[in-house]
Amino acid sequence: MHPAFQAILTIVIGVGGCIGYFYFSNLFLDKVLFPARGENAGRNINRANMIRPWLFLLPAMIALGLYLTYPVFATLKLSLFDKSGENFVGLGNYAQMMTEAKFWEAMRSNALWLVVVPALSTAFGLLAAQLTDRIWWGNIAKSLIFMPMAISFVGASVIWKLIYDTRPTGQAQIGLLNHIWMQFDGGWGSVLLLRVLPAVLLAGFAALMGWLAWLLIRALMADRAGGFWLRIGRLAGAAISALIGLVAVIWAFGAATANLPYGAPQQWLTIPFWNNFFLMAVLIWIQTGFAMVILSAALRGVPEDTIEAAILDGANAFQIFFKIKVPQIMGTIVVVWTTITIVVLKVFDIVRAMTNGQWGTQVLANYMYDKLFTASDWGVGSASAMVIMLLVTPILVWNVYNARKEMR
Amino acid sequence: MAELKLSNVEKAYGEVKVLRDINLDIKSGELIVFVGPSGCGKSTLLRMVAGLERITGGDFTIDGVRMNDVPPSERGIAMVFQSYALYPHMTVRENMSFALKLAKKPQSEINAAVERAARILQLTPYLERLPKALSGGQRQRVAIGRAIVRDPKVYLFDEPLSNLDAALRVATRIEVAQLKEAMPNSTMIYVTHDQVEAMTLATRIVVLAGGGVAQVGTPLELYERPENEFVAQFIGSPSMNLLPGEIVETGAQTRIKLDNGGEALASIPTKASDKGLKVNLGVRPEDLVPTEGLGLFSGEVEFTEALGEVTLLYFKKVGESAGMVAKFPGIHRDLRHKAVTLTADPSKIHLFSNGRSLLYR
Repeated sequence: MHPAFQAILTIVIGVGGCIGYFYFSNLFLDKVLFPARGENAGRNINRANMIRPWLFLLPAMIALGLYLTYPVFATLKLSLFDKSGENFVGLGNYAQMMTEAKFWEAMRSNALWLVVVPALSTAFGLLAAQLTDRIWWGNIAKSLIFMPMAISFVGASVIWKLIYDTRPTGQAQIGLLNHIWMQFDGGWGSVLLLRVLPAVLLAGFAALMGWLAWLLIRALMADRAGGFWLRIGRLAGAAISALIGLVAVIWAFGAATANLPYGAPQQWLTIPFWNNFFLMAVLIWIQTGFAMVILSAALRGVPEDTIEAAILDGANAFQIFFKIKVPQIMGTIVVVWTTITIVVLKVFDIVRAMTNGQWGTQVLANYMYDKLFTASDWGVGSASAMVIMLLVTPILVWNVYNARKEMR
Repeated sequence: MAELKLSNVEKAYGEVKVLRDINLDIKSGELIVFVGPSGCGKSTLLRMVAGLERITGGDFTIDGVRMNDVPPSERGIAMVFQSYALYPHMTVRENMSFALKLAKKPQSEINAAVERAARILQLTPYLERLPKALSGGQRQRVAIGRAIVRDPKVYLFDEPLSNLDAALRVATRIEVAQLKEAMPNSTMIYVTHDQVEAMTLATRIVVLAGGGVAQVGTPLELYERPENEFVAQFIGSPSMNLLPGEIVETGAQTRIKLDNGGEALASIPTKASDKGLKVNLGVRPEDLVPTEGLGLFSGEVEFTEALGEVTLLYFKKVGESAGMVAKFPGIHRDLRHKAVTLTADPSKIHLFSNGRSLLYR
């Protein structure tokens, strides 16, 4: 049978089966089990209505139980058994995993993804939502930004692989990034764009972090009455900002003094450390649209008169955005952020399709896949799956908590 | 302490002019109330004064300085919104100090201003609460407090009481009046569609209708000497009765023969040339008294509403004319389905020709 025909047949059977199930099960309930006639008609109707929700929930509960709940426990069990799943080894798989460099590499990259992707996706999404709000072609812009959401992760990876594509020197570069790269010849334009600009941006960011740290320190000094945890939080915040600022300074120095290989096509996906960011770009490209759509709706929900009140109070456009609008949609921002975080923790397709975890880009989900299906090690594979689940769960709980709070 | 002047101010959305030829002189310390039916542009006019809507024509000055293009925050105004417009993520204290913080005032000054306003409005116990933990009346007071701390030259109120329930509205109305008394030098503009608010609060009322000013005057001027039929019918409840007729005798007093066969005398002087002029006679329900002789109206009472201190008598409609309403002191349920003849003191009669009062010719 032709695959397309098979697909149509599957859809017909699936959808028809659903409709049939709901129709006939309700029919059975109303006509046979508790018929709405005879002397007990009233009681029967009440009973039927008490059972009806369960009829609708049943398929979902069975499916979720079979495909989600059972596997969790099965995986937990498998993670405590050896390679073949026959002999109990206790926490041996976990111990073995802890000694593997590739596991720690995956943890490191995942941590990097975790910081960069949700932050940038949410930030870009918020920016796009605000900028497209008041312009006539805003809806067109939004559609374009949202479009990557409709592309599968693998499809997006293929598109970006083409962008990062490399051809030997002398041949025409079909990769967009290498094509742009080859335009730089080491002249003053290159110096300006690739050394001065990044160095200035990084230095600016470092200054911002330093300022933030100073503000926190000043608040710590001024507000002696503040609670213990507030003071600890401020101190920690100041230390982290100062540290990030320091890294930015080092990077700014590096950017300014780097010896760049002009004229040579680069194999972007093999450049250690930075290739992680090239992979992250794909997910950010996809998730920005999601963040934008949700945040755009939230921004429109901010009461117009609070904005007008702020205008009368003398707030400028930036103050209105950061002090009036953003705090009012903070709940939604958290939901978007955590939702993307969960996607990030599970990221697999992009890494699998683009580098397969080589050159220092391994992530947990791909590590699990390698262990399970390439090395056929059910024990370590399940153990790594449990690690992913442990990492996702708290964020998931927080996400659901915030989403429910938003809905109230 | 500020004088506002609007000269030929207009507002147009594209081709459509929603406000035109607005001329107003507002003196320091006045409480001006804008009233008018829905869609008359009273809120738009207030928002133009605030700077939230652009003024598309004419001049608007505060203390002689042209304000048309001055940003809202630099006009020296503060506004209280209908929906309070409190910042939901800030405590009462933060709400009230937001403007001062943006203006980079020293913290001690901000605290002093906020605490003073909180004391005036009895909000001191609630300073650290979020708006959602306050009642409607308290939120309204926070909104007023946010205006007070800025110590503005002009206060603007946009239907501030319309979200409150009836009892709270009366209490808050009195609070606004007391607030005004406590700050005799501040100028206030107050928008409402509630006549009682307008009559009780205003030093002067501006009646807006059809995109223009129908009349400006003190509450009593508007009630006793309305300039046109619109103001006559808009101010007062139930509204003034209008009866078509014709002037038959002129002089220091004017005699009118009404189309319904009745007759009335008005203490409004007319010229000899006015004889035969078609007029509308206006008389307020509360000025009508029963008579045995020839009155200005006689008819059958179709329905009565006894309000306790007064009874409203609704008369059967005769032909095309609008139904007559009379307001008698005391309770008169027994008058239902009875024929009553009504008259009024000549000093209580208003005369309108082509919609304009003969008093203002």
